[in-house]
Amino acid sequence: MNILFSLVAVFVLIIAAMFGTGTLKLDFLFGIIIPYAAFATFIVGIIGQVIKWARSPVPFHIPTVAGQQKSLPWIKSSKLESPSSTLGVIGRMLLEILFFRSLFRNTKAEIKNGPKLAYGSSKYLWLGAIVFHWSFLIIVLRHFRLFMEPIPSFVIALQNLDGFFQVGLPVLFITDALISIALLFLIFRRIFDSKIRYISLASDYFPLFLILSIAVTGILMRYFDKVDIIKVKELAIGLFTFHPAVPAGIGVLFFIHLFLVSVLIVYIPFSKLLHMPGIFLSPTRNLANNSRMKRHVNPWNRPVRVHTYEEYEDEFRDKMKAAGLPLDKE
Amino acid sequence: MSEKKLKPEELAGDINYEPKQRVWLNPAVEFKHGVYNYSGIPKNVEYLELPNPRKWQPTDPDWQLPENWKQIILEGLRDRLNRFRTLKLYMDICVRCGACADKCHFFLGSGDPKNMPVLRAELLRSVYRNDFTLAGKLFGKFSGSRELTIDVVKEWFYYFFQCTQCRRCSVFCPYGIDTAEITILVRELLNLIGINIDWIITPVANSFRTGNHLGIQPHGFKDSIEFAVDELESLTGIKVDAPINKKGAEILFIAPSADYFGTPHYFTLLGYLALFHEIGLDYTWSSYASEGGNFGSFISHDLMKSLNAKMYAEAKRLGVKWILGGECGHMWRVINQYMDTLNGPADFLEEPVSPITGTKFENTKSTKMVHICEFTADLIKNNKIQLDKNRNNHQRITFHDSCNPARALGLIEEPRYIIKNACNYFFEMPENTIKEQTFCCGSGAGLGTDENLEMRMRGGLPRANAVKFVKEKNGVNFLVCICAIDKATLPPLMDYWVGGVDVGGVHELVGNALIMKGEKERTTDLRGDPLAE
Repeated sequence: MNILFSLVAVFVLIIAAMFGTGTLKLDFLFGIIIPYAAFATFIVGIIGQVIKWARSPVPFHIPTVAGQQKSLPWIKSSKLESPSSTLGVIGRMLLEILFFRSLFRNTKAEIKNGPKLAYGSSKYLWLGAIVFHWSFLIIVLRHFRLFMEPIPSFVIALQNLDGFFQVGLPVLFITDALISIALLFLIFRRIFDSKIRYISLASDYFPLFLILSIAVTGILMRYFDKVDIIKVKELAIGLFTFHPAVPAGIGVLFFIHLFLVSVLIVYIPFSKLLHMPGIFLSPTRNLANNSRMKRHVNPWNRPVRVHTYEEYEDEFRDKMKAAGLPLDKE
Repeated sequence: MSEKKLKPEELAGDINYEPKQRVWLNPAVEFKHGVYNYSGIPKNVEYLELPNPRKWQPTDPDWQLPENWKQIILEGLRDRLNRFRTLKLYMDICVRCGACADKCHFFLGSGDPKNMPVLRAELLRSVYRNDFTLAGKLFGKFSGSRELTIDVVKEWFYYFFQCTQCRRCSVFCPYGIDTAEITILVRELLNLIGINIDWIITPVANSFRTGNHLGIQPHGFKDSIEFAVDELESLTGIKVDAPINKKGAEILFIAPSADYFGTPHYFTLLGYLALFHEIGLDYTWSSYASEGGNFGSFISHDLMKSLNAKMYAEAKRLGVKWILGGECGHMWRVINQYMDTLNGPADFLEEPVSPITGTKFENTKSTKMVHICEFTADLIKNNKIQLDKNRNNHQRITFHDSCNPARALGLIEEPRYIIKNACNYFFEMPENTIKEQTFCCGSGAGLGTDENLEMRMRGGLPRANAVKFVKEKNGVNFLVCICAIDKATLPPLMDYWVGGVDVGGVHELVGNALIMKGEKERTTDLRGDPLAE
């Protein structure tokens, strides 16, 4: 049901863009207004969400550590898994954000008769995730060749690297293939692993289908139903430099692609895709394991009822006296 | 389970990791005997001035909640979202990747899909989405939202009291989502309408009043310590001094109360006493702060603070220089990650320095409380004590990393260093079950009662299974740990799943091996069991 709902939702979006630009010729709406509105929503939405999180304090210092603490000088501490310094925390966060360190730890548990539990290393999720995210990032960066003239050198370098194998004409970008494979893997995993299917919501399938559709329309435009790249660039630079204009005859496929991208960036600030900015703020990862070295202050630390020693001695004085325990008041 | 005792094979036989249903949004729980905890008794709920004291049980159809219970919970949730960034963030950013799913011992032991950490959190997230997010309002059920109903509350009670706050899932989560944080906060919410369990409420009330969970009054505390002193004398021929409430001592020592009232904790206490005597430590026990553990931390940040306040208050009253803490799990999470924030700054104490070795414990310079394993490892490293490893030769030993020392402190090598210096036969359990990946005993965070025995045995299965592995491979017969709840709950767990494995503490091994000046020839260990030939 969740799968179907998400599929239908993406399908409706595609039809909307097709109908909107193909039949109604609303090129201005789909080429300029929606992308601008989407981008504005994205920026405002992300900033709003981060502010929303940041407005709540971090009352306690609760890193989850995954290695030896810094204690006695002759015990080697784990500087990245259990960092005690800011530099170590930065290292830990970089490992987490760039290489998905925690996911790399993943294991798969099985129970056999006996009972006997066995834990096998399971890197598929890590692999699928890292291939997807890195491909996505490279593809986004590659797109800057459309926004900028002259094309920045890092974009050209990236493009050359991505097309390293020189297969086909136009040259096949490896990331185009990888992102599609990774997305299919992530979708199939959700559908065919019964545990994952059980936890999956429509909002888990929807972004996968959406991004896959974006990738597929992009691939179609590059390799199969080629669009007029000069006109696309004209539009993109126009948008980028705030002199928007829609050149005639770009083709419906491009508008579908652009519309789906617009939907995606609108969707990010209101969905689980917030994990992108969120990971930076996660207190179990971004705090150093130094809570006994340095006091952490809770801005709302509030008074509570305590049972003082005086009250305690008042209640038990006779018994303490009989037992020969020292007293503050005789 | 006391009524119908399930055999291990039967219990393991029904574990299946493939979820039977397809949709989880409909709340449905059945309170079967053996898988839930009894409610807090009204007298103690009242004593703690907590809301809605009454007689009730989870099996009652009517939980006698206040009329505006829903409003109380939603307002409580709003308040906590504003006070805890963790909560706000963890409600928003989970992608349900499922990496945590088979990391939870309760899932591994029960196969109940709602025990997957992601689903446990979704039980709250679904309500959060419904009442606090735009997506929930626009897309309703398709966004995974649901209305807060009595049945949802019952489901919360069931599953958030099937989490031991061990934080193993948080190690594997790509965003570090901390289920313990969510569990504590949901338990706080439940507490607002008077839903709690007696295994937490009564120890908290006791600890508030008498200073320890067991409700032992000062004279009883003194008796227990003196009894241990006598016992140690009969074992070693040495009468040690164990001062209580002594003003001006250099160090205040605080251990979990089970150490002086429970078995096998007691042998660890003998170990502490022998050690402190041998090094001539100027220290004191306290009857007022006679509890290291903090059951308040399982259900509420306020109760945690309230109980924890005694440590610094007593250190100040007695005029000690710093505090030393015994072997306990969640006690150390509270001390390491909360105490200084809640009840500090401890500017009336000095930065801890070992009076025996002169070592500065730099890692504790703000909180000013040192873990006994840090303290003892330093003694051994500096050759200040002599250990006869052969006295532990009758034991083939493995070490269970307790959840909190491992994942909240990173106290991993200190206990191992001590163990390796105190015995000849030490064997590690498999890598995926120790250190930061250690498995919980299945009974932490207030779930260690007998009425909950079936769930405890299920939750403890992964740990037991790893012990069984080293028992079969290396002949291990002694499981050592540094947590009082472990020491109380691992023995029945071992009996149930493994057999032939005893449980003890690191300082029990130290006590066995410690060569004391003037001691009589030791023929037994601290338990009175004969040493190996």
